Amino acid sequence: MLLLIQYTLIFASVLILVALGGCFSEHSGVINIGLEGIMVIGALGGALTMRYLTAGMPAFVVILLVVLASVISGMIFSLLLGVAAIKFNADQTLVGTALNLLGPAIAVVLVRAVNTAESVDNVSSTVVYGQAKKAFLVNMGSFEFNWFMLIALLILIASYIVLYKTRFGLRLCACGEHPQAADSVGINVYKMRYAGVLISGALGGLGGLVYITAGVSEWKFENGVAGFGFLALAVMIFGQWRPINIGLTALLFGMFRALSNVYMGFDALVALKLPSTIYNMLPYIISLIVLVFVSKKSRAPKAEGVPYDKGLR
Amino acid sequence: MSTEQKKEGSLLKKCIRNNGFQTIIGSLLCIIIGLFIGYIVLLVINPQGAGKAITAILKNFLYYPSAAAAKKYFGTTLVKASALLMCSLSVLFAWKVGLFNIGAAGQYVIGAGACLYCGLKFGMPWYGCLFAAMIAAALVGAISGALKAYFNVNEVISCIMLNWIGLYVVNMLLSNVKEQTTPYTRPLSSVNKSALLPNIGLDKLFSKNEFVTIGLLLAVVAAIAIWILLEKTKFGYELKATGLNKNAAKYCGMREKTNIILTMMIAGGLAGLGAGIFYLTGIEQWMVQQTSVPAMGFNGIAAAFLGGSNPIGAIFSSYFIQHITSGGTYVDKTMYCSQISDLISAFIIYLCGFVFFFKVRLNRYLDKRDEKKGGAK
Repeated sequence: MLLLIQYTLIFASVLILVALGGCFSEHSGVINIGLEGIMVIGALGGALTMRYLTAGMPAFVVILLVVLASVISGMIFSLLLGVAAIKFNADQTLVGTALNLLGPAIAVVLVRAVNTAESVDNVSSTVVYGQAKKAFLVNMGSFEFNWFMLIALLILIASYIVLYKTRFGLRLCACGEHPQAADSVGINVYKMRYAGVLISGALGGLGGLVYITAGVSEWKFENGVAGFGFLALAVMIFGQWRPINIGLTALLFGMFRALSNVYMGFDALVALKLPSTIYNMLPYIISLIVLVFVSKKSRAPKAEGVPYDKGLR
Repeated sequence: MSTEQKKEGSLLKKCIRNNGFQTIIGSLLCIIIGLFIGYIVLLVINPQGAGKAITAILKNFLYYPSAAAAKKYFGTTLVKASALLMCSLSVLFAWKVGLFNIGAAGQYVIGAGACLYCGLKFGMPWYGCLFAAMIAAALVGAISGALKAYFNVNEVISCIMLNWIGLYVVNMLLSNVKEQTTPYTRPLSSVNKSALLPNIGLDKLFSKNEFVTIGLLLAVVAAIAIWILLEKTKFGYELKATGLNKNAAKYCGMREKTNIILTMMIAGGLAGLGAGIFYLTGIEQWMVQQTSVPAMGFNGIAAAFLGGSNPIGAIFSSYFIQHITSGGTYVDKTMYCSQISDLISAFIIYLCGFVFFFKVRLNRYLDKRDEKKGGAK
């Protein structure tokens, strides 16, 4: 049971971070379908940093460096979306999809290049970071506390405050609802949208890092992040683009995802004799069902996905 | 200026103003820039073999010195390209109706599962398997369409969820017909020969490459059929109208909900057929422990947009994308990996996002130039 809670919390942290990323981007008016790719790149930045860190550094420094690496790589990668969507009016769905394909491709090519450079026979796309990962974990009895759980919670609270209580957040939302109106009162829509995309890149990258360190101590980049970026988008929609709702939804989805890791520990579930594949499918099926119920009265930002055209009224 | 020169000038101008011509230029630019970025990545990884690696990618089957071997592998590339063409048709057909069918990958998986299961378990002949692949994939497409039409569920997200669900279902299903000792499905050639697509002599054209079948012809016929459907029929017109403005279409008496569902069904069916004409050649067996959706459907997106979302253009772009994907396997493995081709195609999709902007800018430039000329007179 404790294991279930532990996994639920860590997967929920991933979903919270990434869904909040999507939330910031969409509130600014840019649909970020590319979160999946951003997660992979963030994970890549973090994993490579962990791999090359020298042993024996204090845990705090390790956390700081690794988090920074993944946040920055996520942000740089998200700029690809930002520039295309904001400056060049590209189709946001198309560019986002390109990001999703580009992320894993870059990761595999890079990791393989690094591995092959080390020894010619090593053609795997796996990064091992068992040692450095320990910095994130604190054992409390049999419960493995991960610092990222706290970070996710803090970011959740911060997002709520930023979006609803600060000038920046309210302006950001204005750009996603009616950019022309925002512009008419002197808000720079382009700047705001860049800010939204960059924040989504930072949070998406961090989410990717948390995802690959949840439970395992090496990652095979060929697998990408298994649709987690899209699950996060489903969480965001179910949470109606509001941070608090996103947090609660993420817990629910995190639990379903955690079940596939730990269902063996529950006699009742083992007795059902379902193949493990069913548990793997569960999060996707649930999110599909959930979307059916909430999409009709969706409260998506009104101007999302529409390139900003100054000339329009 | 003599009259002849004038004529020539206006012909060129007409060309450059032509939308199709601009699309081709845009696509070629995407390819060139994409390859260039690929080359730079290779340079960064290891400067010594970069030139050789990028030529290997572009040469693909020409890597083999003997003409017979090259021909054979040309055939293999064509077989894969035909499946890719079906996937790209699936994507572009939905795109014309304003839907982004990122689910082509999952529909392809379902098609693969259906045709292999029918062939291996029930011993059905090839046309039965092909039909099963098409229907199963069309139904999955219809789910996304219905969710979009009736519940306003974003088709991109529902498609992705269905991709993963489809992958797990097919893995589970095909575990029943796998070989005992390996995770691969039993080969069609030994279990049920009748499920293999007929060659009708095409294999002889490619140094007896037994995987070259009527699938190639089917894919090209499908591309032409989709072009006719979209451009020359009332149904196609209705679909495109629905894509441009759902409410206007409804106002004009079109059944916009049915149209959305039908579109996704056709798109799904196309991707399913693609899987059928690939796996029913016996070229590959399904690995039931796959943890990621096959890239075919995603490469279909690249091919669809590189071809200017035109079915006839897709024939060429699909071949190109497959050509460099297959070419990727010939790079020097001691320095690089074959995924460099995926990187290039991903970049090409990204660049396709700029084509529209490029066209707008080009036209604005041409307008300005004409205006200046007019003023000078």
